[in-house]
Amino acid sequence: MELHKSTAHELHNLLVEKKISSLEITTSIYERIEKLDKKINSYITLTKESALQKAKGVDKKISKGEEISSLSGIPIAIKDIISTKEIRTTCGSKILSNYIPIYDATVIEKLKKADAVILGKTNMDEFAMGSSTENSAYGVCRNPWNISTIPGGSSGGSAACVAADFAPLSLGSDTGGSIRQPASMCGVVGLKPTYGRVSRYGLVAFASSLDQIGSFTKDVRDTAIILNIIAGHDSMDSTSVPEDVPNYTKHLINNAKNLKIGVPKEYFIKGTSKEVEKTILNSIETFKKLGAEILEISLPHTEYAVAAYYIIAPAEASSNLARYDGVHYGYRTKDEGRGARDGDISAIVDMYERTRDEGFGDEVKRRIMLGTYALSSGYYEAYYLKALKVRTLIKNDFDEAFKKCDVIITPVSPTPAFKIGEKISDPLQMYLSDIFTIPVNLAGLPAISLPCGFSSEGLPIGLQIIGKPFDEGKILQASYTFEQNTEYHLKKPKLN
Amino acid sequence: MEYEPVIGLEIHAELATKTKLFCSCSTKFGASPNSQVCPICMGLPGVLPVVNEKAVEHMIITALALNCTITRQTKFDRKNYYYPDLPKNYQISQQYFPFAKDGFLEIKLLGDEKKKIGIGNIHLEEDAGKNIHLENGKASLVDLNRTGIPLVEIVTKPDLRSPEEVEIFMDTLRDILLYTEVSDCKMEEGSLRFEANISVREKGQTHLPPRVEIKNLNSFKIVLLAIKHEIERQTKMLEKKEKVLQETRLWDEEKQITRLMRSKEEAHDYRYFPEPDLPPLFISEEEIEKIKKEMPELPNVRKERFITKYRMNEYDSRIILSDKETADFFEECLKLGENVYPGTSIFSKDIANWIAGPVTRYLNEHNTPLSKTQITPQYLVELISLVNKGLINQNTAKNILPEILEKGKAPQEIVKEKGLIQVTDEEEISQAVDKILKENQQVIDDFKKGKTNAFSFLVGQVMKSTKGKANPQTVNKLLKQKLEIL
Repeated sequence: MELHKSTAHELHNLLVEKKISSLEITTSIYERIEKLDKKINSYITLTKESALQKAKGVDKKISKGEEISSLSGIPIAIKDIISTKEIRTTCGSKILSNYIPIYDATVIEKLKKADAVILGKTNMDEFAMGSSTENSAYGVCRNPWNISTIPGGSSGGSAACVAADFAPLSLGSDTGGSIRQPASMCGVVGLKPTYGRVSRYGLVAFASSLDQIGSFTKDVRDTAIILNIIAGHDSMDSTSVPEDVPNYTKHLINNAKNLKIGVPKEYFIKGTSKEVEKTILNSIETFKKLGAEILEISLPHTEYAVAAYYIIAPAEASSNLARYDGVHYGYRTKDEGRGARDGDISAIVDMYERTRDEGFGDEVKRRIMLGTYALSSGYYEAYYLKALKVRTLIKNDFDEAFKKCDVIITPVSPTPAFKIGEKISDPLQMYLSDIFTIPVNLAGLPAISLPCGFSSEGLPIGLQIIGKPFDEGKILQASYTFEQNTEYHLKKPKLN
Repeated sequence: MEYEPVIGLEIHAELATKTKLFCSCSTKFGASPNSQVCPICMGLPGVLPVVNEKAVEHMIITALALNCTITRQTKFDRKNYYYPDLPKNYQISQQYFPFAKDGFLEIKLLGDEKKKIGIGNIHLEEDAGKNIHLENGKASLVDLNRTGIPLVEIVTKPDLRSPEEVEIFMDTLRDILLYTEVSDCKMEEGSLRFEANISVREKGQTHLPPRVEIKNLNSFKIVLLAIKHEIERQTKMLEKKEKVLQETRLWDEEKQITRLMRSKEEAHDYRYFPEPDLPPLFISEEEIEKIKKEMPELPNVRKERFITKYRMNEYDSRIILSDKETADFFEECLKLGENVYPGTSIFSKDIANWIAGPVTRYLNEHNTPLSKTQITPQYLVELISLVNKGLINQNTAKNILPEILEKGKAPQEIVKEKGLIQVTDEEEISQAVDKILKENQQVIDDFKKGKTNAFSFLVGQVMKSTKGKANPQTVNKLLKQKLEIL
């Protein structure tokens, strides 16, 4: 039996039927990681010892006949931007290369309570800034479908490890597309829930008003299962919403009849590859055949989304990342104590400058500078406040559209996975690869990326389904229906 | 040419909450360094703030006491600057939608003139930690116990015109903060800190000249010294036709002067922007009304009432109203006096005298607050009524006060135990006088020669021989009579 290929719910059934133990599952996954992750580099840190310990504990519970949760004994990978007690959390950065948190994020507490087995921490663009997982201080992560291409980003490691069967499921974070874009490029299911649906406590902040934790899974059922566990209001996060959490697996209904699907005309634009466009149109056709009603809608302010995002996100980041200064924790320059240079810089400022210069990568520095500039006195109104107004307009566009439809379908990314190195020296091109995902974060909406086809080169293409706020249920129903009637999610990359 | 200073104050007061503004760490003063910290106030990666509801209540009280308009949808902003005692390198404060604004505080100037000092705004923010620099210069250490303690910042309008007004304003404001229990106002623990904005202009002018901000003012005394010094410095400059520039200065404790910290050009750009981790805070009408109902009478209002209703003098009222506890104690005594001893001439004046006099003297000598003693309003009223009924004399009363304060014994009981009931029987006192006169011929001679203190000596001797119980008036009267006929 090839355990590593299984989904979480398949493994759960095997555990309940006592056909297999959590220790066997965990061991076999580590064997595969140890053999093959050299090619992909999806993990930064592995936590084999504590994982095996946890697996044994779950096996004991099962043998005693105790009831187990849907994720008990199921291995899971965690993006290295989520705080894990006693497990190094680097955020893909040199500046946190020695940082071991003293507390667990709320989602980690929930996973631990559910007895999930944490495999390790996954590779990512530094502080989630990037769309290719090339901006990692721990080496480039590669796409299992073609190792000369990028896995997408910033949660590239979390997407790649699920695609490569190095974990049945994983957690990531999404600020402007960082779950959906890599899910699309790696051919897995990636959900970014509504802003406020999942607690951000312990998610290291990139852009606080946009960040949201979500999941990567091999099928839609697993997406519903893990959302059941991580969703909910948290008294530690004032921006989490005290909204009831439904049982999401109840929304796994194979039925698209009466489903009203909006297709925004602004999302089929120049710059989108013909293959992607064709694949998405085919998927829409599939929905039509399944009985859904397809409507053309308009999201008129879409073209301003990327510009607004690249003001708001860097502005928040410039403040969020100010704490990495070498004083309290993390990396500190080896060259401190030089004191005054040119007579007007104090020893402490010199230490700050050297630490941050040595500790951050280029993309992070670029965004800190962008954000600092946008918040500077004299520019604040022209940039930051203007961007907030654009954000409101974009949100209004969606509110208007959702009066007519239940969900909105768009491409996830204008192209399939591109070559490593192809866009790294052209930040603007890189930024534009998030053009279809960014508006969703600005509006705080839930959205999923679903495998919906392949390019001529055999690279996966994803379909984005956007829902109303807190209507993850409808997204899951549409996704489940599509998945039940197609076979894209069953295809696997060949790694050996 | 006559000049006048234009002064505005920024007051930072630590709110008297048990826990910090955004986490549940204790705010207790004096704990060992970094023992009252958690991931949130240490600013570790991934943490989020949650607003302390008690701090919000304190803010509503402060806003009401200072006659401010409360912002119904108030917001937090980040103030960005780098400093090792600020682990996030930004402070959560309020810039764009402060908690409340446009209020005033009425102060009473000398000669009963009243003046309203405008309050520009009050806002809620978190305190920073403390940097400690080792004397050998080898290292600096950071203590984060204070990080995240809630502060109210009160910003006045530039309505103050003299150091004297500043002093009265600070006193009045401190009384209010103490009284409403919003802050413990302990300067020595840093719970109250000041910054002053000062400019000087020709008298009669109405424009606002460039202001000089003075930081680092950690006591009332220093605020006044620095303001006086700064007024002098600016006046001299104006007299020499020099231009005063907008700048920030520091009080130099050692040299007793203000010195330049940074010019306007070097001013920080704090890059304020809305705190994305905290949604707006909605303050409801019901919440405000509820707090309004529970609010204690403000000290200035109470003082007014004490002076008019009880004819209390300025001195007594200042002492009795110096804290809420003492004022409450006073009113409790009054109530008891009326209820328990009707018609026994327990007058408010007596109570005020006792509290402002012997009781306060004892508290000062022993450096202890009233709450730490064992006295109750009941005991004080009983003590005064013993004196007023003529059962003991004033001196005896004063002598047994420490025992009441320390042991919490009823005055009646002490008096009974020690047999201190005043001797009013003239026959008994007369005998004691005769005995003393017989024993002190020399003193009588001195008295006859006109030595006045000889008389008081004799009174003392009689009192001593009766163990202080004799009615002093009777002793005086009999002694005088008997000396005349000798």
